[in-house]
Amino acid sequence: MHPYIPNTTIEEDQMLQSIGIKNTDALFSDIPAEVRLTRKLNLGDSMSELELSRFVKGLADKNKSIDDMVCFLGAGAYDHYIPSIIKHITSRSEFYTAYTPYQPEISQGTLQVIFEYQTMIANVTGMDVANASMYDGATACAEAGMMAVENTKRKSLVVSKSVHPEVRQVLATYMKFHGVEVVELDCKDGVTDAEALKTAVSGTTAGVVVQSPNFFGIVEDLTEIESITHNSKAMLIVNVIDPISLGILKTPGELGADIVVGEGQAFGNSLNFGGPYVGFMATTNKLMRKMPGRIVGETTDIDGKRAFVLTLQAREQHIRREKATSNICSNQALNALISSIYLTTMGKNGLKEVAEQCASKAHYAYDQIIGTGKFKPVFDKPFFKEFVVQSSRKASEINAELLKHNILGGYDLVKDYPGMENALLFCVTEKRTKQEIDKLVEILKGM
Amino acid sequence: MNLLNDLLYTKNHEWIKVEGEKAYIGITDYAQHALGDIVFVELSEVDTELSAGDSFGAIESVKAASDSYLPVSGTIVEVNEAVIDDPSLLNQDAYANWMVAITLSNKSELDELLTAEQYEAHCK
Amino acid sequence: MREYNELIFEISREGRIAYTLPACDVPETCIKSSFPASMLREKELGLPEVSEVDVIRHYTLLSNKNYGVDTGFYPLGSCTMKYNPKINEDMASLPKFTGLHPYQPEETAQGALRLMHDLDGMLAEITGMAQVSLQPAAGAHGELAGLMIIKAYHQNRGDSKRNKIIVPDSAHGTNPASASVAGFDIIQINSDEKGAVDIEALKAVLNDEVAGLMLTNPSTLGLFEKNIKEIADLVHEAGGLLYYDGANMNAIMGYTRPGDMGFDVVHLNLHKTFSTPHGGGGPGSGPVGVSKKLVDFLPVPVIEKQADKYVLNYDKPLSIGRVKSFYGNFGVIVRAYAYVLTMGAEGLKKASEMAVLNANYMKERLKNHYYLPIDDICKHEFVLSCFGPDQHEVSTLDIAKRLLDYGYHPPTIYFPLIVDSAIMIEPTETESKETMDKFIDAMILIAEEAKTNPELLKSAPHNTHVRRLDEVKAARTPVLKWSK
Repeated sequence: MHPYIPNTTIEEDQMLQSIGIKNTDALFSDIPAEVRLTRKLNLGDSMSELELSRFVKGLADKNKSIDDMVCFLGAGAYDHYIPSIIKHITSRSEFYTAYTPYQPEISQGTLQVIFEYQTMIANVTGMDVANASMYDGATACAEAGMMAVENTKRKSLVVSKSVHPEVRQVLATYMKFHGVEVVELDCKDGVTDAEALKTAVSGTTAGVVVQSPNFFGIVEDLTEIESITHNSKAMLIVNVIDPISLGILKTPGELGADIVVGEGQAFGNSLNFGGPYVGFMATTNKLMRKMPGRIVGETTDIDGKRAFVLTLQAREQHIRREKATSNICSNQALNALISSIYLTTMGKNGLKEVAEQCASKAHYAYDQIIGTGKFKPVFDKPFFKEFVVQSSRKASEINAELLKHNILGGYDLVKDYPGMENALLFCVTEKRTKQEIDKLVEILKGM
Repeated sequence: MNLLNDLLYTKNHEWIKVEGEKAYIGITDYAQHALGDIVFVELSEVDTELSAGDSFGAIESVKAASDSYLPVSGTIVEVNEAVIDDPSLLNQDAYANWMVAITLSNKSELDELLTAEQYEAHCK
Repeated sequence: MREYNELIFEISREGRIAYTLPACDVPETCIKSSFPASMLREKELGLPEVSEVDVIRHYTLLSNKNYGVDTGFYPLGSCTMKYNPKINEDMASLPKFTGLHPYQPEETAQGALRLMHDLDGMLAEITGMAQVSLQPAAGAHGELAGLMIIKAYHQNRGDSKRNKIIVPDSAHGTNPASASVAGFDIIQINSDEKGAVDIEALKAVLNDEVAGLMLTNPSTLGLFEKNIKEIADLVHEAGGLLYYDGANMNAIMGYTRPGDMGFDVVHLNLHKTFSTPHGGGGPGSGPVGVSKKLVDFLPVPVIEKQADKYVLNYDKPLSIGRVKSFYGNFGVIVRAYAYVLTMGAEGLKKASEMAVLNANYMKERLKNHYYLPIDDICKHEFVLSCFGPDQHEVSTLDIAKRLLDYGYHPPTIYFPLIVDSAIMIEPTETESKETMDKFIDAMILIAEEAKTNPELLKSAPHNTHVRRLDEVKAARTPVLKWSK
């Protein structure tokens, strides 16, 4: 017997009798002998809860987490404060054991959560509408690319190299198979080179993809990029991998973005070794019906009561099949719930305060690290909570030394940016204390 | 099934009404009924040149979506903004509410289309 | 119970807060001097201002308007709504899993890497594939990765004209949509009268432009494709590959394997067969497995064991590339891993056995009251067609809505498209005979009501938080966000 399978041999016999067969083999007689598995799966025997728990904890203990190391690593996955309330709400199984809300009458909880999530994402990004979520920031960007291609009937995209390398890799994979050319644009002084963009865009450019704050932590000036993009009738796709920044920064909507995509991990989601996270997508009213993914809308029931329902479904794969705006079906609903609770809990004042503390602490750390004399600045541009510094030693050596002190050092940029030898991208969130920063600086100084 | 005798039809459930060099195009009553409550209509822009069989727009209901195809070649000279603003007009009267008007570029293609009688037989 | 109909924005009151942060212990940067004014936010942040108790009550009251597997029977066909074991939640919440940064050094994440490597191997064994990648985030994403692999394989052989994918008309909508995103043209083939692949129709479309055939077996009708070997041979002889949509894997674990049937690429839905929760629509996880000749095309990074160390290998020149950030939905992967360990080889086979027995039991009992278009032994699910061709008074939708009044989540309806007014029922191994009997009784009562009081069905549901919704209004004049 097994705890997850309730029927005993008594019920089994009753059911077999009701069907009119002797044993369950008869129910598998339609599987031809030549494809049948005649041996037991090589998976081992079942474990009891105690054995499982001991074994899996044993594996977990082979890891070092951010509880064991002080984290100065970001690069698209951020160690922010996660309010306790989040786990209490998301562990309600009415939320996490439900399916996609196909039956709105018994899914108003999920549907209202998504409606509120869409509202918060639209407000935070300054856009008209948002969808119910995408897999992550990188796939959201690829979807935005396809959306631009579909709506401009043009077949190429320009992407700045200041966009997160993994976002560019995922975009490249999708577009390679989708038959769309992707032109990568070199940076100048750590930001998108507007002059280079002018020559890169043409009548075949469907969209221009930029990121702000960009991969180097720099807040990009999008004014000129916006006008170059729109002058060539391409779409401006703004990627926001660090949405905490929107607590203080001007919204992409105000800067003229047509599509805003990004990574919502920073909104209350654990680091989780890279997933599950949550991609977000927001756009203009004009492009609303061209958005991929699920969308919740407000309506009324037959008694006139306000209610919420999955809407604009004619865009989706279950109706339009190969002509759908995307193939996405399941998304990251529970992570969208996490983001909603985070944005609700932090609220109008909290998101701003977190953003301000991040900026303050990052600038303090930057000044102190430069102050050691061992590191020099790489770019002279406004940054939010991540910054690049360079020393005379290999980044990997520095990180190895930091790890000895249980510090998780910065991102080694040379992996993705040949020529940026010895450059590290540090991240400082509101969670870091002055003491921790001072310790980091002290070790760096002593190297 | 509601049909008008002075129109031509396609197997894909569009109708066409020819007035000299110009023609108005819409969807049939049968099509609107099959789609159910129409919630959204999208049409190609004026000046778009299309060949017979090209899509000139899309119609969406809550549970279905359908592309609309031009029965004959031509250039779009007018789109009916009224049905874009209020897609339910197509449900109310599919024949009174055309979707696009075109100038015909090859009138002989009209010979390929169905009469009301032929279309009725096709729908059975 | 008191009705709660407020939006979080409507209970917001200026000045309330639900968070605390330590005071900033470094000199505060003057934001205005660090950034040009043109970069700073002018618009007010449109977020609520509420207290912590407001937050908890708001979401708790919303959760009460939901229905999950933990609430009751959820026979949603093709979605495999099995029980989500709680120990799996505990394992996924271990701080030494949730607190891992994706870019931390490999030597500090050996447990996580080993777990993923182990699960790769287990899923490869269950499906009969050579290797599995856990990177895709959901079933449709796994499909997309698998189709890219098929394309890359043909292109690598210099066979670049293979740009068509065959999809049966009974397939999930994601199949043609994924093929389209992967840059393929779609050939749809009709099923035969038993819902199986029509061999003649297949032969007619096979040629040197076909890259592959997508199939789920058992089919969306819950029937095992008996001619699978012949189908596989035909496709392979024509130079194509076979793609297995693993949505229905719960029917066959330990009995047969896609690899043994001749499939070259497989995706699984960990949020179906492997018990991870659906989360109200995600996160899922859609691992993609491949046969030996396709291993080099899997997405990067690939997790490998080199000597005693687990590493992320990016050096795979033939790889399709990356389809997602980082390494997959790790938190979901932990849950699936715990499930496989808990069940073991025999437990998984037993799960499939009971899922199939339960479905056949329900089918046999319901077929006298509803129309069963294909009366054959089924696998883990079966498809009814309302009351059959002659009954028009009430619709499948009405039956589904009436089930809500009886306290059940309805089955999948109007899918697969090849069955008119379909009602697709999948009990899974989770349900006891008593639970199913009560549901069957409700279904029989509803069939009776349909005759005696059809109005009762047409106006259902009667006792849910909200009643039938105006979906036309929602789509005609979309309101997608709250505004004052």
